[in-house]
Amino acid sequence: MASLDDLKKRISSVKSTQKITKAMKMVAAAKLRRAQESAEKGRPYSDKMNNIILNLSNGISDIENAPKLLSGTGEDKVHLCVVMTSDRGLCGGFNTNIIKKAKQYFQKVLDEGKTLKIITVGTKGYDQLKRLYGDNIIERISFKESKNVNYFDADKVGKIVIEKFEKKEFDVCTIFYNQFKNVITQIPQEQQIIPLNTSEKDENSLEDNYEFEPEEDEILSNLLPKNISTQIFKAMLENSASEQGSRMSAMDNATRNAGEMVDKLTIEYNRSRQAAITKELIEIISGAESL
Amino acid sequence: MSEEYSVEIVNPEKSFLSKDDVTEVVVPAFEGEIGILKDHISIISFLKPGIIKIFSKSGEESFYVNDGIIEFKNNNLSILTSLILNLKDIDKEKISEIQKSAEEELNKSDINDQEKYLLDQKLEVLKSIN
Repeated sequence: MASLDDLKKRISSVKSTQKITKAMKMVAAAKLRRAQESAEKGRPYSDKMNNIILNLSNGISDIENAPKLLSGTGEDKVHLCVVMTSDRGLCGGFNTNIIKKAKQYFQKVLDEGKTLKIITVGTKGYDQLKRLYGDNIIERISFKESKNVNYFDADKVGKIVIEKFEKKEFDVCTIFYNQFKNVITQIPQEQQIIPLNTSEKDENSLEDNYEFEPEEDEILSNLLPKNISTQIFKAMLENSASEQGSRMSAMDNATRNAGEMVDKLTIEYNRSRQAAITKELIEIISGAESL
Repeated sequence: MSEEYSVEIVNPEKSFLSKDDVTEVVVPAFEGEIGILKDHISIISFLKPGIIKIFSKSGEESFYVNDGIIEFKNNNLSILTSLILNLKDIDKEKISEIQKSAEEELNKSDINDQEKYLLDQKLEVLKSIN
């Protein structure tokens, strides 16, 4: 059995750990509210953007000459994956879930004999992927300095993706992120952004005849790059809400576990204290008897 | 019959402005300014840097936009833009900041004609505000 002093030290160390996890939980809860709010506020923009693009792509008569961002390069050889993770750890299964989802996809791509290229956003994703897929990672981006998710960061990522597409470095682009459902559940998502998936058509908007200025092709080719950034921005917002939610529940668990541990250690401490007292008493009594 | 319709301006971060007592909106569309009144035909167009003017019952408001896209349908006008500033509480520093970055961009050698045109427009508008 550990000595009394050791037990005492352990109890106080667990207690201070508990204090830290508790504080982190509080911080995450406060940040979560803000992140959730901005995720909700960001939705109208991406929804509207999506709607307009759907309307436009329905109106395109000449599929052959449609912008490449919409119709794709016609090939399916090189896959680019943008894996979005957090910059900080201690957030439960948040990063692991995204990575797991991404790895499945990577395996599928590689099994089919296609080329795989990876862009990691956030340092944690890079750390987890560099050992297995180090050669496939062509770019690593991190926004450690920016406090809040903002559109200009997303735009930077979007521009990198588009630049690579224009240089014909890949055919298909998929982004990986966590969708925020609620504090306990975050669903890892894979979303193909190039070529754009226009299968989910909005029925009620079909009959409308729009007037376009300038030509619809031109609007579309201007709009599609913006849409890429918007989709990435949406993913970043969802991700940041998910990260905070995940961290909050992880820290909640940690705090509870630490509490249990303190209880157990306190019982052990009291037991051994009592045993020591009993032992001393026996010694005194038997000493007195022998006189 | 009322002559009013609704307008919504959204930027990526949030819904910037939403009004339903608007009588006319003037937007700097790519091929020239468009004034939109009630029952305009459905239109999609994108914007060049410039000033959006909104006339409503409660008065007139002006905003500076960097870029954007507008959609008008069933008397609903949606304006999507990445950067929008209200001219009423605009601060000069911000303007000169944008102006400076636009000038830097303009001095790069690898820009195409369309970009150059847009940047020229931007500088012109910014100068007129300042």
